[in-house]
Amino acid sequence: MPRRVVLLVGTRKGCFVMESDLDRRDWRIRGPYCDGWPVYHAIYDGESGTIYAAAASEWHGSGIWRSGDLGESWQLSSEGLGYGEDAELKLSKVSGLSAAHGRVLAGAEAAGVFESRDGGATWSLKSTLDGQPGRELWNIPENQPPGHLGMPAIMPHPTEPEHFWVVIQGMGIFETTDDAATWTPRNNGLRAAWPREHEDVGFCVHKLVMSPLDTDRMYQQNHVGMHRSDDGGHSWVEVTEGLPTEFGFAAATHPHDRDSFYVIPLDPGHGRFMPDGHASVWRTNDAGSSWRRLESGLPTQDAYLGVLREGMAIDDLDVPGLYFGTSTGQVFASADEGESWSEIASYLPAIASVEVAVVE
Amino acid sequence: MAELHLPATLPSLFEDLPRTLEVEAGTVNEAIDRLDQRWPGMRDRLCEPGPQLRRHINVYVDRERAGLDTRIEDGSRVDVIAAISGG
Repeated sequence: MPRRVVLLVGTRKGCFVMESDLDRRDWRIRGPYCDGWPVYHAIYDGESGTIYAAAASEWHGSGIWRSGDLGESWQLSSEGLGYGEDAELKLSKVSGLSAAHGRVLAGAEAAGVFESRDGGATWSLKSTLDGQPGRELWNIPENQPPGHLGMPAIMPHPTEPEHFWVVIQGMGIFETTDDAATWTPRNNGLRAAWPREHEDVGFCVHKLVMSPLDTDRMYQQNHVGMHRSDDGGHSWVEVTEGLPTEFGFAAATHPHDRDSFYVIPLDPGHGRFMPDGHASVWRTNDAGSSWRRLESGLPTQDAYLGVLREGMAIDDLDVPGLYFGTSTGQVFASADEGESWSEIASYLPAIASVEVAVVE
Repeated sequence: MAELHLPATLPSLFEDLPRTLEVEAGTVNEAIDRLDQRWPGMRDRLCEPGPQLRRHINVYVDRERAGLDTRIEDGSRVDVIAAISGG
């Protein structure tokens, strides 16, 4: 079969799979999958060819669906996804997934890292970051209504299996280089618009991404500001100037240029939609020194679109394609690095995540 | 034997799981154990740690609201309901 581009779209009512040839102009939609369970993050594991979808049913709890045939058939497992009968922590949701180095990692709410080494059939708890600053607070529900602060994201190092980063909501980034045995907060240089009890934590990291060309080059969309790191997350500098707001969720790094990076700024108040109803993606070509609005083909008025933290993805073709899904069920795609856009799905359920893979 | 009725949201998750089946159990908890032995993972779909029934899973024994400890008699009807939960 010729190479094709596959989009995995996690929605409030299941996972959808969209496919196109490498032109990325004509798309076919399949789904909904995962029995219509709310899917928070669906990923493609290029090593095994498996789709994983983190889901939580209002009726039947949390689990991770998997498909080894690009969505034609699915299995669900929650075996091992929990903190035990008498534990202090309760698992209410699994959300952030990552697949690398022959395993899958899942971030959970309450915050914990779970691992599967058998293709998602069973899971085991790796860490709840005990002893880290702020740890005594972040899982106490009355400290952060309406619920726990979870672990929405895990970012693996591309070549070092025991090296990865996690995000704790409202706390920040933590790095491990010994497979979760020890952790170090990596929030130096970030700012917060609220009081904090610990020097190293208390920051609201919405999305963390790394350049595939340079593991020292990271970007993050924070609750307050866009930030860049040139030293693998050890320190951060703010690069918000030039953007319409400091707030947003989604971010993507260019696969062939370490200085290019995309974000979708949102209104920071109750709306959390694109400012002034003007749909735009913003790109920097100089590591955040300047920003350019990308809007050709996007609705530029009366378009109050929201995009969540996993809602934007970029492929790694020679001329990369960029994709984002909205809280109102539209998917927009660009086959030319964001210069021009088209709406490739209009009426899906509310979208939580978009991931892309180029498959054989 | 009791007659157990399951919600429409479950059969697609477990191979060959019918909507209605006979079960030999003295309590609701034992009935869930029987189901979990035959269809591993079933307990996690119906119960939270505690154990307790999941928030939006309601069980009725002979049309009375039941908990995990509720006794089941020979000939009882047990209804497991996925309660209305959002749109």
